[in-house]
Amino acid sequence: MSLILLAALPFLGAVFPALLIRAGRDASSGAAGMVTLIAFVGLMTNAPAVMRGEVVTAQLSWLPSLGLNAHFFLDGLGLLFAGLILGIGLLIILYARYYLSREDPMGQFYTYLLLFQGAMVGIVLSDNILLLLVFWELTSLSSFLLIGYWRHLPEGRQGARMALTVTGAGGLAMIGGMLILGNIAGSYDLSVILTQKDAIQASPMYIPALILILLGAFTKSAQFPFHFWLPHAMAAPTPVSAYLHSATMVKAGLFLMARMWPVLAGTDAWFYIVATTGLVTMVTAAVIALFKDDLKALLAFSTVSHLGLITMLLGFGTPYAAVAAVFHIINHATFKAALFMSAGIIDHEAGTRDIKQLGGLRTLMPLTFVMSTIASLSMAGLPPFNGFISKEMMLEQTLHTEWYSNPWIVAVLATVGAMFSAAYSFRYIAHVFLGPKRESYPHSLHDPVPGLWLSPAFLVTLVVVIGLFPATLAEGIVDVAAGAVTGGASGHVHLKLWHGINAPLMMSIVAILVGLLLIWTYARIRGVWDAARRPEAKTMFDAVVRALTGLSRAVTDTLHDGTVTRYAAIFLLFTLGLGWLAWSGGATAAPDRVLLMGNSLTIVGWFCLVGSTACLVAFHRNRLMALVILGVVGLMISMMFNYLSAPDLALTQLSVEVVTIILLLLALNFMPRETPAEGAGLRQVRNVGLAAVGGLGVGGLMYAILSRNPVMESISQYHLDNSYSGGGGTNVVNVILVDFRGYDTFGEIIVLGIAAIVIFAITEAILDGPVRARLLNRKPPEPRAGDTHPLMMVVATRVMMPIALMVAAYIFFRGHNLPGGGFIAGLVAAIAVIMQYMASGFSWAAARQRFPYHGIIGSGVLIAAVTGLGAWFNDLPFLTSAFGYVTIPPLEKFELATAALFDLGVFLAVVGAVMLALESLSRYAWQPGMVSEYPMDINPVRDDGDAEEQEGAQ
Amino acid sequence: MNHWIIAPVVLPALLAPFILMVIRYHLDLQRIFSIAGTAALVLISLVLTGQTLGGDIHVYELGDWPAPFGIVLVLDRLSATMCLLTAVLALAVLLYAVGSKWDERGWHFHPLFQFQLMGVMGAFLTGDAFNLFVFFEVLLIASYGLMIHAGGPVRLRAGLQYVIYNLLGSTLFLFALGTLYAVTGTLNMADLAVRVAELPADQSALLRVGAVLLLLVFCIKAAVLPLHFWLPAAYSNAPAPVAALFAIMTKVGAYSILRMYTLVFGPEVGVTEGLIGTWLLPAAVLTLIIGCIGVLGTRKLGRLAAFGAIASMGTLLIAISVFTPAGTGAAMYYLVHSTLATAMLFLVADLVIERRGNDRIASDVKLPQNGLIASLFFAAAIAMAGMPPLSGFLGKLLVLDATRDAPGAAWIWAAILITSLIMIMGFARAGSLLFWKPFDPSLVEDEPVDHQMPKTGKTAEVVTARAPALPFLATGGLLVALIAMTVLAGPAMNYANATAQQLYQQQDYINAVLGGASE
Repeated sequence: MSLILLAALPFLGAVFPALLIRAGRDASSGAAGMVTLIAFVGLMTNAPAVMRGEVVTAQLSWLPSLGLNAHFFLDGLGLLFAGLILGIGLLIILYARYYLSREDPMGQFYTYLLLFQGAMVGIVLSDNILLLLVFWELTSLSSFLLIGYWRHLPEGRQGARMALTVTGAGGLAMIGGMLILGNIAGSYDLSVILTQKDAIQASPMYIPALILILLGAFTKSAQFPFHFWLPHAMAAPTPVSAYLHSATMVKAGLFLMARMWPVLAGTDAWFYIVATTGLVTMVTAAVIALFKDDLKALLAFSTVSHLGLITMLLGFGTPYAAVAAVFHIINHATFKAALFMSAGIIDHEAGTRDIKQLGGLRTLMPLTFVMSTIASLSMAGLPPFNGFISKEMMLEQTLHTEWYSNPWIVAVLATVGAMFSAAYSFRYIAHVFLGPKRESYPHSLHDPVPGLWLSPAFLVTLVVVIGLFPATLAEGIVDVAAGAVTGGASGHVHLKLWHGINAPLMMSIVAILVGLLLIWTYARIRGVWDAARRPEAKTMFDAVVRALTGLSRAVTDTLHDGTVTRYAAIFLLFTLGLGWLAWSGGATAAPDRVLLMGNSLTIVGWFCLVGSTACLVAFHRNRLMALVILGVVGLMISMMFNYLSAPDLALTQLSVEVVTIILLLLALNFMPRETPAEGAGLRQVRNVGLAAVGGLGVGGLMYAILSRNPVMESISQYHLDNSYSGGGGTNVVNVILVDFRGYDTFGEIIVLGIAAIVIFAITEAILDGPVRARLLNRKPPEPRAGDTHPLMMVVATRVMMPIALMVAAYIFFRGHNLPGGGFIAGLVAAIAVIMQYMASGFSWAAARQRFPYHGIIGSGVLIAAVTGLGAWFNDLPFLTSAFGYVTIPPLEKFELATAALFDLGVFLAVVGAVMLALESLSRYAWQPGMVSEYPMDINPVRDDGDAEEQEGAQ
Repeated sequence: MNHWIIAPVVLPALLAPFILMVIRYHLDLQRIFSIAGTAALVLISLVLTGQTLGGDIHVYELGDWPAPFGIVLVLDRLSATMCLLTAVLALAVLLYAVGSKWDERGWHFHPLFQFQLMGVMGAFLTGDAFNLFVFFEVLLIASYGLMIHAGGPVRLRAGLQYVIYNLLGSTLFLFALGTLYAVTGTLNMADLAVRVAELPADQSALLRVGAVLLLLVFCIKAAVLPLHFWLPAAYSNAPAPVAALFAIMTKVGAYSILRMYTLVFGPEVGVTEGLIGTWLLPAAVLTLIIGCIGVLGTRKLGRLAAFGAIASMGTLLIAISVFTPAGTGAAMYYLVHSTLATAMLFLVADLVIERRGNDRIASDVKLPQNGLIASLFFAAAIAMAGMPPLSGFLGKLLVLDATRDAPGAAWIWAAILITSLIMIMGFARAGSLLFWKPFDPSLVEDEPVDHQMPKTGKTAEVVTARAPALPFLATGGLLVALIAMTVLAGPAMNYANATAQQLYQQQDYINAVLGGASE
């Protein structure tokens, strides 16, 4: 089977259990089993080639520009691991079918399990280290789901998060390491990297890469000081513990170290980091394991200890140690998975896995007793089981290892580790199965159904037969796997049970005797242990996480607490600072424009402007006053435009000013008359300071611009030259607005239109809520003028209306050649209508308004857009204008331009937008009983009978 | 004459007023037209993308005025990609908005949505700096309207802050444009590029100020620290589909930076040398950090997504601010990814919030449809945190690879990797609290009536009863897009690299615009 298919199979198969669970638990587990079986068979079809020493490869291009490709290869090491993953996977699937209870969502379980399986297979088959990283992180994610499978258990959730955090951190470090490594080697493909030993070890980046990669391996394989997540991951269902946390996932780190062994191992750094970590882990975890009462916790620490053992062997850097490591990987997987499963059986049948509540199970559960005993003895390193052989090989290696020129320290510590290892193994047998039978157990006890014991029984059989016939059963695979690790330096491997009486055997005997002694005196030692104060990893981890979360929360909430003034202050200072940096880093010529002398007009204007601005600052808390002064400022600016020969701008500014002031007055009607004080003291000083530097900054920039002639010639000359010939108008400003940059205008009328409908939408939203009630019950702050719609004003505005509209039309039509245009005309027309609203009241005016303002806005935008589109029919770009001169007697020759049509769109959009805004704001003031039928409060015609008729007559 | 270029702007610009004028009281019709229009936008964008595949740069001279005197639209690979991304995102978001009935909780959702699309499309297509300002205004005002859609005091307050802060940005935009125009006398981007390159070094000060101010404007839009403050409240309080659409709004800032600071103030321009990347890069790193800290530190789901968005902008800006073709290529890939992922996260968050009735990250509500939503959340979290197997991981690898030779690369790498961990922790915490932890009645608080919440579907039961498929379809569609980006990473990256290459062939752009021949 192709390796790509092999790697993809578990992922593809992962959907089936989740779907088939609807057809029952057997269908679900059967599907998972089938998928795994097919993958296993597929793997085995490649096995003969690998056993012959070939390397099977499969390649698919994925992201070649980065060097990330779906390149797979299968060599001895990969075959060993893939075989373990899929083989034990099969056993676990069988076991889990009978382990999980009816309440557990089994479909999810198998789906997660297959996802995990796929990720693991991916790791061991990857040729590309970036691809390996992908699968690596996937194992973290899928194990997160599996550990948290019993989501109702807090330990499960916390354990899952802890595992994800720790292994995730390692994985991230590894990303960095792999990227560095690939850069040194010039490729991310292992087949290339593994040939670059000299280049890699000579590189100055070797140490960083090594440390980062080892961080990944150590966290995954639970090496000290990252070991603490593994015991907490035991909150997972036991099949998960047996599969992930003893047989496969935790070995991913070992796999990686073995994989990288040819290029990374052999240096002092490798030896001291890897071997030391392994040794420390092995001893520490073995000691802790002895004192754990939870069966799974005991096994968890024992796993950590054995992982440390293998790590240490890999760290030694000698080929023989690598062989021992590979062999122990196999042995550990068999006996530890069997032990986990039997612990699960005990838990399942007895209802507890607390050693203190167990004991005397040997007669009640004979089968479990036999299996557990054999596996435990293998773990303790007793002959004739497989654990013995690899442990002897390990002890043999420690004798040849010097640690900082100290020849015996490694051997002694390894023996100590072996002592405790033997001790906890014996304890597992003695305190669970031996001893007196108890009066009562949480559940009635008996051996389980075959579905539960078949899997461990198979593994236990392996433990025995590999121990008895290592040469026949294991030599071949160990040979090719070790050959792959060492790059062939291990030569041909010979495995045998009995090496004669030698130093390692003596060390073993010492370890076993001391182990027995430790169990003999367990109660006393336990007392000492319990009295001692020990650092508790989970407490520390939780404290760190809590502190980190708390700190994050504090930082986030403090910085983002919604204080706009502070946000704006930061914006201002940052902008000013960078602006200043940019300015001071560049060069500039001296101001080269001649300053003009002010005349009396400009001086008066200047004083008005500055004076009114100063007044605004002084009186800004009185909102009405502020508005009036704002009007003065606007007026002065209009005057300034006019003085500087920009009549279009002046007209626009003036009409905009009128409309805004009216709208603001309307809004002020609903607001408090005074702005609340902004605070005093330092706060005020700060605000004044900020305002001052902001103002000075902008002023400085303007001065710098205005006091210099442009460095380069502006494009505006073109507009002056082509306004009449190309745009058909002599008013360049208008031609720019509707033609040269008509597209900008198009955008701006849309902005105006959107603004109006947003105001409408806000009004609707607000009036929908509780605000409405408050508005309805609102009492005006002071008595209203009795005459809401004064007669004089009503009459005057009525008269004014046609005149104002005529002015608007006039301004509109002259716009193309003289100051004016659709925008200004729109504002003037809007003012004409607003006057009616003001004088005669909202209801009266609205009743006479036949076209909804939404529609007017829409039509304006549409007319502008359609005018623009018209050019397409002449195969010209959007908004291309056309104009021509027509003579219709008796009129004089006049101009027709599409630009005028566009300007009509502008006109309508402006009128609609202003009026919709006004209408929306007015709705706040609406109160019941406000509908006035008459235009005036004092109706001059009220005595003449039918009011309706009078209305109609107007 | 190739009118396709203007179509993404004109179509929504016609559709929105049409909806306003004719069918503003007919929600069903609005939905049909809005969805059809957006689907058409996808097709148009596909055509545009197809036109740029050969590496051509298309220019459209509005009003038939020659550049640089009129306004030009320019279509190159970058703008076409952005348009396509916008259209695809908009379609998914719109389907969600219709399916979840968000669009009926206030006025004028569909016209505003179309205007918003017009603004975004216009910004991506224009070749004129002032016109960019105009479209910034269009999209700002439309986004404000969308943001406060459905109202409620909290949302209105957040909206006010949003609009105030962005108006500061608009003002600054005008200052920047004024300064640039005062120095160079032009606003056409290609022409600006030519003139900036010719500017005598002893006249550089004003131009430098203009360049920096302009960059700050874009940084506000892109939510770069310390100009990001507007984002968390705005995004977390906006209606979910709108927040999801806003995933493209920050990208408008990123796009503008890419465009202006490769074309006009590119890395080889003498007068602005050392002015841009030197502070943008550290600022981007800090943005990433503050985003991830926020993800871990927040107690609200909306803010979780908002800070996730900030973090992704940080990563994106890191890739942009090295200003190399490799970095820009990585940025292109990451940009598309992060837009889709951010949008998806907001939509999933809304699926949760709709069913919970509040947006606290706690186990105080029983969640219906737990499994499916939990899976979607898991996928969105994986995408945002940049874990495999989704495109975020590839994007992160690309960014790491592209910053290998940048100054302070070790720090950048450390920041990216460590923040990833913080983000993983944050998402794992939120996910396990929301989906794993059993219902805890003691956590239920009597809250004052919250007008931010939907008027219908206040209780979980009601939501279960209707549980429309469309929102799931839309969210799932975004996930499919992310998966496609992952599987097709090779071709996608070739495209991204070609796009980046084109950005650094500035002369091609200039020739296309100023060379005269407009097709």
